[in-house]
Amino acid sequence: MNLFNLIRIAYKALQRNKLRAFLTMLGIIIGVASVIAMVAIGQGSKQSIHDQLSSMGSNMITVLPSSNLNGGVRIAGSSFQTLTQKDITALQKAQYITELSPSITSKGQAINGALNWPTTIQGVSPDYLDIRKLSLKDGIAFTEQDVLTSAKVCLIGQTVIDNLFPNGENPIGKVIRFNKIPFQIIGILNPKGQNAFGQDQDDILIAPYTTIQKRILATIYYQNIYASAANEQVTDAAVSEMTQILRDSHRLRDSEDNDFTVRTQAELINTLSSTSGLLTVLLTVIAGISLVIGGIGIMNIMYVSVTERTREIGLRMSIGARGKDIMLQFLMEAILISITGGIIGVILGIVSSNLVTLTLSWPTIVSESSVMLSFVVCAITGIFFGYYPAQKAARLDPIEALRYE
Amino acid sequence: MSKKILDIRELKREFQMGSETVRALKGISFEVEAGEFVTIMGSSGSGKTTLLNILGCLDKPSIGDYFLDGVDVKKLSRDELAQLRNRKIGFVFQAYNLLPRTSALENVELPLLYNREISVSERRERAIHALEAVKLAERLDHTPSQLSGGQQQRVAIARALVNEPVMILADEATGNLDSRTSYEIMSLMQELNSQQGKTIVFVTHEPDIASFSSRTIQLRDGRIQKDTPNANQRSAKEVLAGLPISDDY
Repeated sequence: MNLFNLIRIAYKALQRNKLRAFLTMLGIIIGVASVIAMVAIGQGSKQSIHDQLSSMGSNMITVLPSSNLNGGVRIAGSSFQTLTQKDITALQKAQYITELSPSITSKGQAINGALNWPTTIQGVSPDYLDIRKLSLKDGIAFTEQDVLTSAKVCLIGQTVIDNLFPNGENPIGKVIRFNKIPFQIIGILNPKGQNAFGQDQDDILIAPYTTIQKRILATIYYQNIYASAANEQVTDAAVSEMTQILRDSHRLRDSEDNDFTVRTQAELINTLSSTSGLLTVLLTVIAGISLVIGGIGIMNIMYVSVTERTREIGLRMSIGARGKDIMLQFLMEAILISITGGIIGVILGIVSSNLVTLTLSWPTIVSESSVMLSFVVCAITGIFFGYYPAQKAARLDPIEALRYE
Repeated sequence: MSKKILDIRELKREFQMGSETVRALKGISFEVEAGEFVTIMGSSGSGKTTLLNILGCLDKPSIGDYFLDGVDVKKLSRDELAQLRNRKIGFVFQAYNLLPRTSALENVELPLLYNREISVSERRERAIHALEAVKLAERLDHTPSQLSGGQQQRVAIARALVNEPVMILADEATGNLDSRTSYEIMSLMQELNSQQGKTIVFVTHEPDIASFSSRTIQLRDGRIQKDTPNANQRSAKEVLAGLPISDDY
């Protein structure tokens, strides 16, 4: 019996009981659709986290002061003061680093006439805007000259504008006060919105780091150093290079631990990706279980079908069907059910993924691999769960099958 | 020159029922030549069904030989038996055994689906031809539930004819039908036998039906009690004509 005949026979048999075939298929349809939709949601959230972190500058490297053993007591990193201008000068010789900026922040009250707003002022070098991928909506950025002269100029974020200039005046050229120090606003930052952790990135003032150091905090230490690796690929090389430079600069002996930490965005991306990767695995497992249940549904119906159609099997055998033909017929019925269900499920899964994006505006990505995988799993499910009922049918004795009531 | 279709020699069939051995057939020998219309008769328990299963190649003899159209059935495997049934035997059952919700044409095509040498167009052509032979050319698309009992049995006969078998094997083929329809079926059988030269082996327990055949084999207790040619074979057509027409009021 050729394949075409086989498919034809199986199709006719299913057609005789359309509703039942459809209900059996439903298990597979739901299983496949949920696998595809779940994986799409998982992949989508993973990608969106990745994109968000990249927009913060994926080749960004951050140096933080860190705890060091000091007479047996470990001290919190933030209270450590190890990063100085000497480190910046040393790091400027690093070959994998293109941009470098110290960072120092202070919290305080920003005041414009009768209005005030609690915010943060961040002191950085002109490189910082590039490192963090920040851009200006209006005005100009400060320059190296402003850094040298500790100029009282600042860039302003949208949230601060909303609170200090509620009537829509142009803040450029205006002077506001931060902790009694007057700052002239020379540029407006493009709004960045919230970051991945829900922090408002627009609630900020940015000024030359020397201004903050000398006029507000009166310190020679930096809280952070930001740097850009030449590109994402050399990030690791840049990290080890920076580590070595800082160790030399801090005169650490080989036996001593680093008194700083060098972090890259890649670490952050990996951490978050693995969290959402776990989510994807979890969702996939749940969806996979529903696919197995769908398969058991097929097996159940195929057993019922074999019993119910015992006489038909007897007849087919008496007119010349071999055991193999009967076996292939029932197997083909199971495969037709599972593959048709698979195709409908794939379509439904893609449609519902798009629907999720449309209605809930969750990002979704339908990956080819999840479509291929669930389709292959479907076919295997059909063969696996169809095999035993088909074998039962093939082993029937035609004489008894013909007499079966 | 006639050809032996069935050649049965000292055929025995025993079943093992627990510790007991049931001897259903205790040594049967007969031959059937091409073009014969044989009825096998016998009361229940006579071994009639066992013999039928063996003749139909659904079962194999324990001892003895069975040649169907020159093929030694005993030597064949399960799959080879299936192929032999497909090419050489046309079954007609008491309960018709048509596939439900399937058109008459597709029911008749069924045996040819298991013969890979036959193309789609040839399959269809032969099925239509077989349905014409049983005078159902008008009902190709009817499903069994849309046909009367007699029509269903005629579809089943068409299905038995479609693979051009060497022998039609009927098992109580008129058992579910009223007498008028039975005569119609017998008339069709006689026509196939006389005009197309089909060899027919007809198992029945009704002597009335047996009288339409050319030869009767009487089984009793696993042996042949009587094997006689039918001297005055009745014509089913004439009997049918003789029936009062007012039957269907």
